[in-house]
Amino acid sequence: MKPARSASRLCQRLPALLLAALAGTAPAQQRVIPLTELKSGLAYTGEDVRALQGDDFANPGMLWVERGEKLWSTPAGAGGGQSCASCHQDAKASMKGVSTRYPAFDTAAGRLFNIEARINACRTDRQKAEALKPESEDLLALTAYINHQSQGLPIKVAIDGPARPYFERGRDFYYTKRGQMNMSCATCHEANFGKRLFAETISQGHPNAYPIYRLEWQTMGSLHRRMRSCLFGVRAELLPVGSPPLLDLELFLAWRAEGLKVETPGVRR
Amino acid sequence: MADARVQVPAQIKRGAPFEVKIAIRHAMETGYRVDDVGKPIKRNVIREFVCKYNGAEALRVDMSSGFAANPLLQFWLTAGDSGELVFEWLDDSGARGTERAAINVTA
Repeated sequence: MKPARSASRLCQRLPALLLAALAGTAPAQQRVIPLTELKSGLAYTGEDVRALQGDDFANPGMLWVERGEKLWSTPAGAGGGQSCASCHQDAKASMKGVSTRYPAFDTAAGRLFNIEARINACRTDRQKAEALKPESEDLLALTAYINHQSQGLPIKVAIDGPARPYFERGRDFYYTKRGQMNMSCATCHEANFGKRLFAETISQGHPNAYPIYRLEWQTMGSLHRRMRSCLFGVRAELLPVGSPPLLDLELFLAWRAEGLKVETPGVRR
Repeated sequence: MADARVQVPAQIKRGAPFEVKIAIRHAMETGYRVDDVGKPIKRNVIREFVCKYNGAEALRVDMSSGFAANPLLQFWLTAGDSGELVFEWLDDSGARGTERAAINVTA
């Protein structure tokens, strides 16, 4: 990376960033990357990774999707042995398009839910079962199965009303420099996407393929795990999976990726 | 808990080669890694994989640490009669997995 050049790129974008920060309560948000120029992370991987994701049998993420399908109709908890299917029936119909609207504010719980939080709320409140642990195989499998039902549908989340404060905190998190490297998310994913960082091409950082099978991990992982990888990379505090700041950021990322199609299960390097 | 996916053609011609694919969800822990505090993580790979067709061994694979996680095996077989493919595997922890696929031979 050439620091001088990337710094100047960032300066060019600063007016837009300031405008975004000042806009605050305005209904329309300033988009640094126009909607027409959004590219899924898949565009920044290699031909081999694209082929792996595109092949429904070779894509290792499908192992989790299939496990999720089994779990969907497996009874759990003390709530009369209900499974997901007891209420939601066939996920292929009932879950279609659901993950395009998440994270979403849940009125009953009074807080922002991502799909993982939604699943666990169903488990504890309805099934009277134990919440699934963050990054556990079962939670990843169910999330992958549910998100897979929205494959090919465009992301569109609500950021107004009760979701507004979450969105604003997420946006502030995104543009705040942090860690020993003193970098914000925008430093890489808005000012320098498409350029090289060591052997990798920097992507625009969109959340449209999660949970993903990451070859580096050799397993499936959530969006929050990926965020933690970035936090580790800039040597910032590693926030726990499912913690409020990462949830806020997830909402901002979903808004930022509006119109991108869901790819779950994605494969990335 | 082992999960696997199997793919075989729906119809197979007698004696003609057909492709068998099996993907197994398994961490294939190499035994060369250490955890967060430097303690070695015990090796746990699928060390034995056998595919039988109507009871006769069709393929045997001795796997080791060199295999990636969630191995995908693709191989070709021929069949004279209809029957059942049975896949069985055993890992270092002693866990066994089984998966089956029906083979439908047409003339």
